[in-house]
Parts: sequence; structure tokens; C-alpha cells
Amino acid sequence: MTAATNGSNLVEVSKLKVYFPIRAGIFKTVQGTVKAVDDITFEVRRGETLGLVGESGCGKSTTGRAMIRLREPTEGSVKFDGVELTSLKSGPLRRLRRRMQIIFQDPYGSLDPRMTVGSIISEPLETHRLAKGEEKRARVADLLKMVGLDPSYVNRYPHEFSGGQRQRIGVARALAVEPEFIVCDEPISALDVSIQAQVLNLLTDLRDRLGLTYLFIAHDLSVVKHISDRVAVMYLGKIVEIGPPDVIYAAPGHPYTRALLSAVPVPDPVMERKRRRVILTGDVPSPANPPSGCRFHTRCWLYERLGKPENCRTIDPPLREVGGTDQKAACHYAEDSLKSDVGVAHIDETLIRHGTPEAALRVAHKSTAEIIGEIPEGDIDQALIPSIEEVPPPADSEASDEGTKPN
Amino acid sequence: MEEAVSLELTPDEAARITREQRENKAARSKNLLEVKNLSTHFFTPDGVVRAVDDVSFELGYGETLGLVGESGCGKSVTALSLTRLVPNPPGKIVAGSVVFDGVDLLKLSDDGMRKLRGKEIGFIFQDPLTSLNPTLTIGFQIAEAIRQHMGLSKKASYDRVVELLGKVGIPRARDRLGDYPHQFSGGMRQRVMIAIALSCDPKLILADEPTTALDVTIQAQILELISVLSDEFGTAVLLITHDLGIAAGMCDRVNVMYAGRIVETGSVDVIFEKPRMPYAWGLLDSLPRLDDVRGERLRTIEGLPPLLINVPDACRFNPRCNFARDACRDHEPELTQRDEPGHLARCWATDKGGWIA
Repeated sequence: MTAATNGSNLVEVSKLKVYFPIRAGIFKTVQGTVKAVDDITFEVRRGETLGLVGESGCGKSTTGRAMIRLREPTEGSVKFDGVELTSLKSGPLRRLRRRMQIIFQDPYGSLDPRMTVGSIISEPLETHRLAKGEEKRARVADLLKMVGLDPSYVNRYPHEFSGGQRQRIGVARALAVEPEFIVCDEPISALDVSIQAQVLNLLTDLRDRLGLTYLFIAHDLSVVKHISDRVAVMYLGKIVEIGPPDVIYAAPGHPYTRALLSAVPVPDPVMERKRRRVILTGDVPSPANPPSGCRFHTRCWLYERLGKPENCRTIDPPLREVGGTDQKAACHYAEDSLKSDVGVAHIDETLIRHGTPEAALRVAHKSTAEIIGEIPEGDIDQALIPSIEEVPPPADSEASDEGTKPN
Repeated sequence: MEEAVSLELTPDEAARITREQRENKAARSKNLLEVKNLSTHFFTPDGVVRAVDDVSFELGYGETLGLVGESGCGKSVTALSLTRLVPNPPGKIVAGSVVFDGVDLLKLSDDGMRKLRGKEIGFIFQDPLTSLNPTLTIGFQIAEAIRQHMGLSKKASYDRVVELLGKVGIPRARDRLGDYPHQFSGGMRQRVMIAIALSCDPKLILADEPTTALDVTIQAQILELISVLSDEFGTAVLLITHDLGIAAGMCDRVNVMYAGRIVETGSVDVIFEKPRMPYAWGLLDSLPRLDDVRGERLRTIEGLPPLLINVPDACRFNPRCNFARDACRDHEPELTQRDEPGHLARCWATDKGGWIA
């Protein structure tokens, strides 16, 4: 866990809007706008991990990208360590980018298949003129070790690695320039369960060791709860709730957060039987034409329950303090939501994890500390055994002399 | 207006009802599906990939059985093998029998098999966009199966389509018969898939990662729909998923697969409360959970699943196992019974006389 934040903000986002024009017809005239991110204000505190959750299309990735100006914001301001990003010229922006990096979701599409691992990781070092020659090579080897890969892999190509290993390469590339802030855009969504845990542990270890600040974007609420110091929930381009995970997951102020929580499957049959799902009817409305007033009112269970109050339809509720524990929610009736146990009734606070039993831990041939801790060391034999579904057809590169097999 | 919330059941009631349903299902004892020693191999230039290797299980009438495992463990190939849809070449079912409602599917003629698929066995695949034909209307695609298998007239089949679409929760169904798949959202397309799967009152539905491509709230809708409709129609479901949470909520029994083998099988409660196979422990350990203490480090399973070429006679999980000893490297363990009947695991360490009590 990160140390308590010292109060100062590393990134401040205020009134951020990112709109995309919809063009149609032969003349490609603008027919409307998709309001992907619509007037959001929040801050990322120095040294914290802010989790950003929501369903697909809610604008979470766009927010992450606009924060490091990979997307041009339509309106609003993003301040990184006090410097306004939105109006920065390309030179200073590039210098500032050294301090902020991104890890992408797709470990297949985000690595150039024609570049070796070494050149992928050293590219940012060259771009920012940070290291040359022997120093660069040493730095790449260090980075590989840091993310749990064997430094002898430098001359291999991305296709020779499994999804989890590729994601480690993506992490090493982001770390190369020693950034302070990393946007992790669904970094583990494309990975298998057991590999997800490995990468998640790696990210937490690196954060604690290097004092990094993360914006962690994910659609999986359990993952976000695990890694975040604060969580922001997005719906249709708006932040509807933000606060510490312990508070938000135990007593959500926004009805949407409750609906989301009630939908997350818990790997425990007893708890699953106790669950009362809030089934949200219908799909998320189109961000090109969001509902008036509160955007969630068309699917809101609380709105139905309170007898469809008018202000939900007419007034867009601002994000406001509720509960008094660093929690903010954008709902006119957050207090009513807090009074109910909808969505969280089945989540037992007493932790019963039926994984490895105690008796087994005592006879483990590796020490218990080792099972619980340690980034797995890259082991060459292991690393070159790809799982069947992940392996692309063999390429002609010399380095792929062993291990890779076609589907 | 549809009710936005369904909160009528208290947890106790819900638990009681689930229990009763479970007992009712158990009462109808004869099995709908019996898979024995099924092996499906892929013959590649690099060698024989033993994707499914000596897999046996059974599925009762109206039961929901989970097939859980990571990608490449053979769960999808198992489902494809049941309906003889494994691409050949390179794949081939090399051994075993699949007895479905008294008929051995592996001995059936191609024609007989075609009559069975879609009629007795329905499918729900992961990606509704690629499994629906983009050039045909929704109405036509659902009616096609009905006309083929039930011999209904065009009009009667479209009436049935409207009824089915209503059942799976598509509003204004009659108006949407002429719509094409791209006019539907992901969740709606999956509803259409479910309608097709149910169209001929099948006895079994094979659901291969039915919600993986969907958002959590839509996933909840679809899972609810599958479980309500399978109860209503008394359909058995073989649910393939990598998500242990979904398995915990949906299944009566669970098979855990690893590297082409079933490594543990049992009732959903026993699998999640008292698993007896280190791979199952590892899977449960490595999941971040809503009910977790935040910030605790996750225990992980190190390494990667093995390549299924030239598999040695050894426990397939042993290179990644924290509890492996020489015995695990010398011989592969059989699936043997643990404390409760029906709970079997493939592990030397937790077997009788093993080193983990």
C-alpha cells in the first residue's frame, strides 16, 4: 500500500470535456457530437493510485488519454504538477511527457512486432536523450530485471512472449524514462486469471518501490478495489462517485455504483446465493444523445423507488460530499441510497478465502514467504513455453529457434 | 413499464429456493450426457497436441455444469468435441464416447448429427457479432432453425420467433424481426443468440463464455436470463467460463480443467470451500475479490501452462506447483475421490497417504 498522500495533487483535472464529432454524408458534415467525457473535475494526489471504473463506452479511457494529452481535450484544463497541459507547445510537452507514461490494454497491439524487446524498451531513452551505448544497454537490462524478465531476452521479438510477459515489456517501456505518473489503461484485462495476479502484483511492487502515482483504468471492480487508494466511478462521460474503496464498496452513495457492485460475480457460492442483483434494464444510452437531467435516471432503480422525482429528469446533479469520509457522489438522493443495503447486502465483510489451506502452506517446498511474496523470476525454460492459444505462427527470426509452436 | 428492480426475495428465501431446485434436479438421476475417456488431439507439424486428454464427466437432466479453466486448457475443445465441430484437420477425436440421451454421438451419421445440433443441443458462443450472420435479418436467423428442425410453416415459425424474442427480453419483438445484427447492441445480440439456442426446446445448451464480451451489468442480465430460462424449460447447461465468480453463481457442479485434463470435479460448494487440488487453490488465491482486505498481496501461480506436445507421465501442474514432490514428477495421478462423494481430484499430495492432510 502507498503511504498516506501528503495532500498535494500531482494531476488536477477541471471541467474537462472531450467531444468527438460525428460526420456523415458525402461532404462529411458534422451531424452531432459524442460527448465521451463531459465536464469532469477531479484530482490525482501525489503517490496515490486512483482507480477509474465504468462500463465500456463510459469515457474512462478517453479521460486517461486526455490527462496525458494523447487526446486533445475539447474544453477544460489538465494541470500536471501545476503546469497547464492543454495549452503547452510541443517542445515543453515532450519534455513533460518524460514524467508521465501509459501502459496499454492490448499486449499484442501495443508492441511493434518488428522491434526487438531491447529496442522497444530503449526507444523512450533515445527519444528523451537519457542514455546511450553501454549505459543504455545496462539500463534496459535493469528494466527487464525489474519487471521480472530475464535480461538475456533483449534480442527477442514480441511474438516470442506470452501475453503476461508482453505486458511486462509494456511496463518496462513505461518505466524506462523514470516517470512519476503512469496511466494504466486496463493493463490486465486481456490476460488469464493466474497471469493477471502476477502483473497486478508487479504493478503494486513497482509503485511501492518507486513511489509512482497511477491512474488505474479497469472495468473490473474487484481489481480496482484491490489496487486503488481512491476509486472514481464513471457513467456516460461523467464521474458519478469518487472516494476511498472501503467506503465506496461498503456504502455506495450513487445508485449506479450499487447496481455495478450487485452485478459483480463473487467466487463464493454461498455469497452468490445471498446476492440480490439490481438488474439494470436496457443498455447504456448513447453518449451522442444522453438523457436530460441525471444521465442515469433512465435505468435508475432509486428513481423508480422514489416515485420518479422531477429533478432527476431536469437537473444534472453535481458531484457533492456525502457521508463525510472523502466520498463524493453525483445524485440528488445520495442520502436515500446510503440508507439502503441494495447491491452490497451479499458482500460479507468477514473474509473467508478458500484458496490454499493452512495445512498445505506448512508443507510447501518453497517457503511461505516466497509463495506470498516475490515477483516470479523469469526462467528461460518456463518463459519459452507459450500456452497454445496465445502463440502466433512462427516467424522467421533466428531468435525463435525454440519453444514457439503454431496453433 | 418493466420493473427496474427485482428485490422480492430475501436471502434466506433465495437460498432455500436454490437448495430445493438443486434437490429436485438431483432427484432426476439418469444422466443426459455421459462423456467417457474423450480425447481430442490436434495433429500439427510440430507434433500431436493433446488438447483434450481422457476427459470423462456426466451431466444430469436440467443440471448446470461448469467447465472452468484458463485459455488453452481444453474447455472449448471439449464442447466442440461433444458436437463434433472440431475442425478436421488438424483436430480429431481419437478416443472416447459421448452418450447424449442414450445415443453415442461419436458413432452417429453426419446427417443424424446435423438433425441433433440446434435441435437437441443449443449453442451460445462468446462473440455474438461473429456468430450471427450480418447479411440476414434476426427474424430469419431464428426462424431458420425452427423451420429446419420443427417443420413449422413460415408464418408459424415467425410467431414462435416473436414469442422467443419476448422471452429473452427484446421489446417490440414483432417490429424488430426485420432488423439486422448490427442494429442490435452487444447484450441484445447475445439475447438473440439465446433465443436461437432455445428455439427448438433443446435438452442441452452449450454456453461457451457467453458473457465474456459483455459489461458487468449486461453480463448480470444475460446470466439471469440463462438461469431463469434453463429452469423454466428444464434445459441442462454446460457453462464454459474462466470466471470463477460466474461458476460460483450459476453452476450446480464444477469441473476444473488444466492442460487438457479434468483436475478436480465436485459440487459447486465443495469446489469453492474445500478444493483439493493446488491448481484450484492457486486460481482462488490469485483472484482479487470484492470481499478482500485491500492492499494485501495476491498469491500467484508462477509460470505458464505447459505445452501439450510430448506430455510426460507426470502431473501436468507440477512445474508450477508449490507442493510438488518426486511422486508428482514420476507418475500422473488419477482422479480419485476425496471426502465427499462426487468430489474427485487429481493430486498425489491430497490423495490418501498424501503429504497434505
